[in-house]
Amino acid sequence: MTSVAPPILQSAPPPTASRGRRQRSLSWLALPALAFFVLFGLVPLVGVLLLSFTTWDGIGTIHPSGLTSWREVLSNPGLPHALQVTFLIMALSWLFQTPMSILLGVFLAGRQRYRGFLSVFLFIPLLLSSAAIAITYKALLDPNFGLGAGLHLDFLSQDWLGQPNLAVATVVFVVSWQFIPFHTLIYQGAVRQIPESMYEAAQIDGAGRVRQFFSITLPQLKYTIITSSTLMVVGSVTFFDIIFVLTQGGPADATTNLALLMYKLGFQANLMGPASAIAVIIVLLGLALALLLRRLGGRDTTASQLEGA
Amino acid sequence: MTTATVETRGETRKTKSGSSTVWRLARLNWLGGGAAWVWFVIVMLPIYWIVITSLKTQENYYATNPLVPPSNPTLENYRLVLRSDFVRYFVNSVIVTVGAVVPAVVVSFMAAYAIIRDHRRWFLRGTNSMFLMGLAIPLQATIIPLYLLIIKLQLYDTLLALILPSIAFAIPLSVLVLTNFIRDVPAELFDSMRVDGASEWAMLWRLAFPLTKPALLTVTIYNALTIWNGFLLPLVLTQTPNKRTLPLALWTFQGQYSVNIPAVLASVLLTTLPILLLYIIGRRQMVSGLSAGFSK
Repeated sequence: MTSVAPPILQSAPPPTASRGRRQRSLSWLALPALAFFVLFGLVPLVGVLLLSFTTWDGIGTIHPSGLTSWREVLSNPGLPHALQVTFLIMALSWLFQTPMSILLGVFLAGRQRYRGFLSVFLFIPLLLSSAAIAITYKALLDPNFGLGAGLHLDFLSQDWLGQPNLAVATVVFVVSWQFIPFHTLIYQGAVRQIPESMYEAAQIDGAGRVRQFFSITLPQLKYTIITSSTLMVVGSVTFFDIIFVLTQGGPADATTNLALLMYKLGFQANLMGPASAIAVIIVLLGLALALLLRRLGGRDTTASQLEGA
Repeated sequence: MTTATVETRGETRKTKSGSSTVWRLARLNWLGGGAAWVWFVIVMLPIYWIVITSLKTQENYYATNPLVPPSNPTLENYRLVLRSDFVRYFVNSVIVTVGAVVPAVVVSFMAAYAIIRDHRRWFLRGTNSMFLMGLAIPLQATIIPLYLLIIKLQLYDTLLALILPSIAFAIPLSVLVLTNFIRDVPAELFDSMRVDGASEWAMLWRLAFPLTKPALLTVTIYNALTIWNGFLLPLVLTQTPNKRTLPLALWTFQGQYSVNIPAVLASVLLTTLPILLLYIIGRRQMVSGLSAGFSK
């Protein structure tokens, strides 16, 4: 899960070293974290850019080769296709997850009688690994051995993972199954922070339920929607585990998104140079989308959302 | 930190101000209620199916209605899973998770403390901005250089190869959550401890640590689940079967026994059981840890 709109240290604490002796530097306390992060986070990030200008089969020696890998990747018909798959899965899963998460989040923020009971179960998918979820659905949707076949329901016994369009839809559904609880949590927390005086005022003005939702709840959730959408959109650029276990990118390459294309090129075709170029594209695409959504938000998404309260 | 699970029970009556509106809103929220029940079914149906199917024999599975529990439940599938070395994979997962989460949280806590307490030093400001940027680095995009790095360090196919990158990728979010929390510790507390002659090291552990416990729990849970469920690192950085962690073992087990659906589902359930038990014990902490402060 990557977040891209980090809050900025705005409210600095009051000076603590005011009295007498100058405070000794605490920088050394940050060194262990910094060392880990630089060595296994920052170095690989720079490394992937460097590797995209080389030729390497993953075992032998690494040869600098200029733009060869980039030329190979950019002329590979798999790239536009993977981009298309990535954006398709991104758009469909956003369209499915966002309304559902808002609906569930608003509901769970309320005080309905079964809310506590339901929330115990609704968050369970958060606990499961992508591998476990994908394996379960692979078995569940198996046209010969799955639920549909067992119940003799024809509409359920389709070849969900064997037909290109169905496979994309299935991936979107399974991804949503996994992540809707997370976004529901975000919305639930945000709805609880909406001042009740706003609803009271609306009621005095005679606004109904639906009107209140569209005139108060939704506008007040604007920045939460942007945060949640950023996490969804940027996260979907790197979807790997679920798709890898469910379909391995197939049938043919119907569900091969950027991350799967990178893996296939690098670790199955042993073309680490082109695979690194794709990794660079993944990083840039993620950053571009994050910045775009941030601009859409108009300001820091973590700032107070209580305008006009 | 999060208000996600605060439950306000009891009578809600129509008072002029206060909580009455939310109550009224909720009472009429039939659309949300309907969606919640529909989603409840969608979530629970596969889980129910996993549980009952894992107790059926393979022959029985094909012969019976998949949604009806078995008349004579069997544990044979679980025996098969346990015979397939899952105890070792479980131990591996525990080693990797504990070995990564404990150092990650400790070094993040120390860094967060320094960043807040010594916030005017350019070095620490720079460090903090770097961690914030680090939130945007996707693990997947760095897997190829990580693979190279792990080979060069001669750590390929060891559990340490999984632990070290896991620590690095846990740090940015942990520091962010912890700095947000430590910032709220009143400066007077630090001042009075200093007057008593306490060193920064003592203040770090005796003052900041106990006061930051909820946030430490949050980042511990979030990181532990992320690492416990991690798939890509073991897939790329290990090779021999006895270095597998549970998610990877699940995947290979599924490849091996794909026709034996009850056994596959038993493996899914068995590997999820420890986390489900933790969820039953500490649901609230876990739910707030799962959103890692995003729902703040």
